[in-house]
Amino acid sequence: MVPLQWYLMLSAAVFTIGVFGFITRRNIIIMFMSIELMLNAVNISLVSFSHYLQDLRGQILVFFIITVAAAEAAIGLAIIIALFRNKTTAHVDDMNEMKG
Amino acid sequence: MLPKLFFGYFAAVITVLSILVVTRRNPVHSVMWMLLLFFNLASMYLFLDAEFIAAIQVIVYAGAILVLFLFVVLLLNLREELKANRFIGSWPAGLIVAAAIMVSMIFAINSFVPGPMGRYSIDYIQKETYTKVLGEVLYTEYLFPFEIASLILLIAIIGAIVLAKKRMRS
Repeated sequence: MVPLQWYLMLSAAVFTIGVFGFITRRNIIIMFMSIELMLNAVNISLVSFSHYLQDLRGQILVFFIITVAAAEAAIGLAIIIALFRNKTTAHVDDMNEMKG
Repeated sequence: MLPKLFFGYFAAVITVLSILVVTRRNPVHSVMWMLLLFFNLASMYLFLDAEFIAAIQVIVYAGAILVLFLFVVLLLNLREELKANRFIGSWPAGLIVAAAIMVSMIFAINSFVPGPMGRYSIDYIQKETYTKVLGEVLYTEYLFPFEIASLILLIAIIGAIVLAKKRMRS
């Protein structure tokens, strides 16, 4: 039997890689994919909790997370398309109109 | 021994694939590695007795969301993308932040105490069949969140159309 901690460590590793990609990449699409990576890391830990605690609520939460991820991908990619229409770049450090 | 071997395979492949996803220069390659990552995740869910989640992972994530990503990648100017810098100038700072998050999560995991067991044991699920049990929990205990999820999807559809359509010239 694999200990639950191993799955949580794997989830933490994938989440950390997602955080790294989100902070450091310049391409906005790769940043979006890093967000999906982080959501998947959470899914790993929820499914393993559900398996080890013998409770199905974790899998229901995964269901909702996938729904929210789909909605987020649709809206975020629509925002990216609207962005491309105004500026033909995918690099976040070239978008400085708001002087943030 | 065999479960640990399987877990070692999945852990190694998933970690390597996620590193490949965030570091590749070509976004199309990133999407393809992510496709492979999602299939590996789905097989790990099978390994954790979550067949329905594995199917949803393949259908929704690999089938719908990644295709959406591929369509948007087509808008990119790939030739320019292959020459530009991949990371922001101060990427070591990002590495330090990510490493700090990893260390704090390792401490949190080591002091983790599991809660009480639920009533859905493997034998119970096998007797009642998996999808039926999952549907019972989803449509009784979580009926209201389920309805809210449908509202979120409706808003996502409307928002995506409104944001992505061309402005009418009046």
